[in-house]
Amino acid sequence: MVDDKTVRYIAALARLHIEAADEGKFARELEAILHYVEKLGVLDVTAVKPTSHVLDVENVFRDDAVKPGLSQEQALAFSVDKLNGSYKVPRVIE
Amino acid sequence: MTTFETVIGLEVHLQLKTKTKIFCGCRNEFGHEPNTNVCPVCLGLPGTLPVLNRQVLLDGVKVGLALNCTINNFVKFDRKNYFYPDLPKGYQISQFDLPIARQGYLDIVVDGTSKRIGITRAHLEEDAGKLVHDAVNNGSLVDYNRTGTPLVEIVSEPDLRSAQEAYEYLTALKLTLSYLGVSDCDMEKGSLRCDANVSIRPVGQEKLGTKTELKNLNSFSALKRAVEFEVTRQTGVILSGGQVVQETLLWNDDQGAAVAMRSKEQAHDYRYFPEPDLVPFTLEANQVQLLREGLPELPYVKLARFMARYGLNHYDAFILVQDQGLASFFEVCVKAHADAKKVANWLIGPLMKEMNERKKSFIGMSLTPQAMVAIIQKVETGVISNVIGKEVLALVLDTGKAVDAIIEEKGLAQVSDDEALGKVVDDIIAANPAAVAEIKGGKTGAIGFLVGQALKKMQGKANPKKINEILSRRLQDV
Repeated sequence: MVDDKTVRYIAALARLHIEAADEGKFARELEAILHYVEKLGVLDVTAVKPTSHVLDVENVFRDDAVKPGLSQEQALAFSVDKLNGSYKVPRVIE
Repeated sequence: MTTFETVIGLEVHLQLKTKTKIFCGCRNEFGHEPNTNVCPVCLGLPGTLPVLNRQVLLDGVKVGLALNCTINNFVKFDRKNYFYPDLPKGYQISQFDLPIARQGYLDIVVDGTSKRIGITRAHLEEDAGKLVHDAVNNGSLVDYNRTGTPLVEIVSEPDLRSAQEAYEYLTALKLTLSYLGVSDCDMEKGSLRCDANVSIRPVGQEKLGTKTELKNLNSFSALKRAVEFEVTRQTGVILSGGQVVQETLLWNDDQGAAVAMRSKEQAHDYRYFPEPDLVPFTLEANQVQLLREGLPELPYVKLARFMARYGLNHYDAFILVQDQGLASFFEVCVKAHADAKKVANWLIGPLMKEMNERKKSFIGMSLTPQAMVAIIQKVETGVISNVIGKEVLALVLDTGKAVDAIIEEKGLAQVSDDEALGKVVDDIIAANPAAVAEIKGGKTGAIGFLVGQALKKMQGKANPKKINEILSRRLQDV
């Protein structure tokens, strides 16, 4: 059962701002999605090996060899704010 | 009054020193300008895909094997989701339910008693970037050079029962890991990092108490002090009728106190799920066997062997195995010089003194076993005195010249020539009539004083035995 509290918790984890008035709507929608997925529960999967990947590919490696990356200028070109070669972000500790 | 038992588990992060990062080809090095060892993969730019560095997997297996773990033959990676500016993707690629290694142990010795500490698991993951908070007062600065540095996280069972046991475990773990050559294992530089989970419970109680996690333990002494602090704090809370709150505490070593992390973040719910961008990995049994056979002799095995084979005491053997290079050097020297105890004394004494003065491990010293053995033999055969031997050692390390050449160039050879020494002894006798009178009066203790004076005059280059002989002869004649 997805309630308003769960919606607020998920929104907080995902850093989403949700208006209090919309909480009920999201709760119903999430509930519907979960119900839909629950349909899979009727299948007997006891003999199926847990699958984390659908591709039948394993052991894809790279060698431990250096490849050129980005310059500092290129790297920081994406930033909203920067200082002394670093990305500047809102203060994260008090 | 209730007596409490301390329960500690440690989480240790080890940075691997592969050439490149775990999932991209950026250099895995420190000390560069901020954001210069970065690429679209480690910056988490859209459309990029991680590819595992083969060496990281192999090094991870070595760590697992050295800690007596079972190696999982099927491993996968998972996403650990959280938002923090040091994590550009919004998730850390880690391992959740199929880590590379599980169920190992490490033996430690506390107060002379051996104790086996369980290792729950060791898994691979990527390091986060570095945040600097002090440079600006209205924000934090982020450097992503460290992002994607390969880490092995080693989680112990809650088997440790005191700050001292935690300290011994970390010491044994660091020494063992240092032999593998996969990491610098340097706590000061952050290549070995330690968090401690601490709780207390009444003695006899099975159920674990509520734990707190101590972070920012940047040295062995910090670990010990932080655990002692936290045990005292939790005991106080419980005895005053309160309850320990599960929280993360940041240790401040200068203040000797831990404070709850005041982060704007809320409680973490990592929502692990399989990393879709990385395929799973299988390890063949013969591949693991090859890695097992390729492991060096580990320090505690070596220690026991040094005691049994060379008759060293625990103290000497323990010091030698602290430095893998020094331990190997010892064995080569012993092949050329059978007196193992004497060789050990030279290495632990004069050589380690030189290493400490130069702030170097043995690897950084240019010393051949031939030179070391030559110095020991020159002292044994009386060519040079013990004191001069130490001087020659320093000169060999400074100049890289041969032992014989140094002794000859600097005129350090011991003078054993009767005539030259006789002259010195005569001078000393003439200059110290009081001491001579004492000896004549039966107080033979003053002989030592005169020998000392003669050696001093010869700047350590006189053969003390010869001086003694000549002095005794001359005194009979006086």
